[in-house]
Amino acid sequence: MQLYLPIAEVSVNAFLLLGLGGLVGLLSGMFGVGGGFLITPLLFLVGIPPAVAVATSANQIVASSFSALLAHLRRRTVDMWMGTVLLIGGLLGSALGVMAFNLLKALGQVDLLVKLCYVVFLGTVGGMMLWESARATYRARSGIAPKRRRHNWVHALPFKTRFRVSGLYISVIPPLGVGLLVGLLSAIMGVGGGFILIPAMIYLLGMPTKVVVGTSTFQIIFLTAFTTLLHATTNQTVDVVLALLLILGGVIGAQVGAQIGTKLKPEHLRLLLALLVLAVCGQIALSLVLRPDDLFSVEPVG
Amino acid sequence: MRALLVLLALLLGLAPAQAEEIVLGLSRDQVAITATFDGDDILVFGAVKRDAAPPVGAAPLGVVIAVSGPLQPLTVREADRRLGIWVNAAAVEVDAAPSFYAVATTGPLREVLSSTEDLRHSVSIPQAIRAIGNDVGNREDFLDALIRIREAEGRYRILEGAVEFDQQTLFRTQIGLPANLLEGDYPTRIFLTREGEVIDAFETTIYVRKTGVERWLYALAHDQPFLYGLLALALAIAAGWGASAAFQALRG
Repeated sequence: MQLYLPIAEVSVNAFLLLGLGGLVGLLSGMFGVGGGFLITPLLFLVGIPPAVAVATSANQIVASSFSALLAHLRRRTVDMWMGTVLLIGGLLGSALGVMAFNLLKALGQVDLLVKLCYVVFLGTVGGMMLWESARATYRARSGIAPKRRRHNWVHALPFKTRFRVSGLYISVIPPLGVGLLVGLLSAIMGVGGGFILIPAMIYLLGMPTKVVVGTSTFQIIFLTAFTTLLHATTNQTVDVVLALLLILGGVIGAQVGAQIGTKLKPEHLRLLLALLVLAVCGQIALSLVLRPDDLFSVEPVG
Repeated sequence: MRALLVLLALLLGLAPAQAEEIVLGLSRDQVAITATFDGDDILVFGAVKRDAAPPVGAAPLGVVIAVSGPLQPLTVREADRRLGIWVNAAAVEVDAAPSFYAVATTGPLREVLSSTEDLRHSVSIPQAIRAIGNDVGNREDFLDALIRIREAEGRYRILEGAVEFDQQTLFRTQIGLPANLLEGDYPTRIFLTREGEVIDAFETTIYVRKTGVERWLYALAHDQPFLYGLLALALAIAAGWGASAAFQALRG
């Protein structure tokens, strides 16, 4: 069934969009990531204009994060204070990101910026996860208990504050910085930023794993809501019909994914996620290196 | 335009003024973009009205129909290899290019319409784009690329021989409008030709409009963007909440 999207002004098969939402929902349910890093490039492939794809996937992430946040609030695995500090950095970064986006759009280099960001960040995070999960698998087999470092340079900075739920007493500077980086990426790449935020919270801030996902969901929901409003008021590029189809497919996929996720070992899950992230990264990297089919491209102004 | 032609004919002292002219009909002049819009066909038909029988031995008539979509400013970019990766290097601004353009004829375009007449009336795709006053300097290859890309996307079409012409009097053709249609006015021109020369021209407009929910959402997004943004967020939160509640009820 073809559906004409009122804002994107393209006609797309409704079941294709439901399927895309479902697929991304399945993965986000399995791995606990928002899936923005998958849905934005997939929407480009389907023929949605990039500006609409970036803005609408932000709106879709609000929906999928909201149902996840409710579950985390019930389990009391959200550090509100940490989330708020991350969010302050995030909003600042998001505003900077929109400025960078508009500047590069005028220069015609936005595609390049988005692709380079994807390659660098997906490559780094995917590689780190692959290394870490391979080590965890090896340890689990040989029975060596993992060491956890208690102190690093993060603990030497000023403006310390107590994050009660996380059981941390650290400076606000690292969470502000992490939030800023994630906000920047969220505006440029059309992602929630969970795939950067979660490793940063574990390895850099030293937060306990059980509060990491809930807290990142808390910060992502406000950040993507802000991004949605920003895009809606400045560019009019949020398509609610497109968002609703993705959300509908996504919520069903997420429930199925969560069921599959509980049946797999955590280190195997991380290994699979690492491979998935690296596959997306490799595909984008290839498109930068290979000669395009047509050297010319056409793009409407504004 | 017709007055000019009449004047021209009189000045040159050729055939009697306006012996053959176009009477036009459209299957409809409104196209509604609804939620399930999946492209549409417009039937353009008409007849040739004659004051007198055509001169004996005169060449057969030809019909050319050109439908243009609303004009848009565009940027055409050319990629080049820098430091091992492909980067957009050169760019040309095209002030106004039609978002859709179709030319349907009774036969091969150059036989039906001479290049002089094409230049004068800007009928074929390259002429139509140049006629708008787009100045691309010496980079003609950018305009060629624009036309090539849009032809591949099905936005620009040349339909040679697609106009049926019964007994040199009744003509009709189907113009297929793509699913990715932009809202706006679609000027439609019909030319009656003999031996490549235009002997009559007729112009009308097809109006393409969004209707229903499409219209309402589009208007809201542009007139009340903040309210629209809040609506989008409310929908997202309601959907997230609803899904969470529904699956909890299922489990519990």
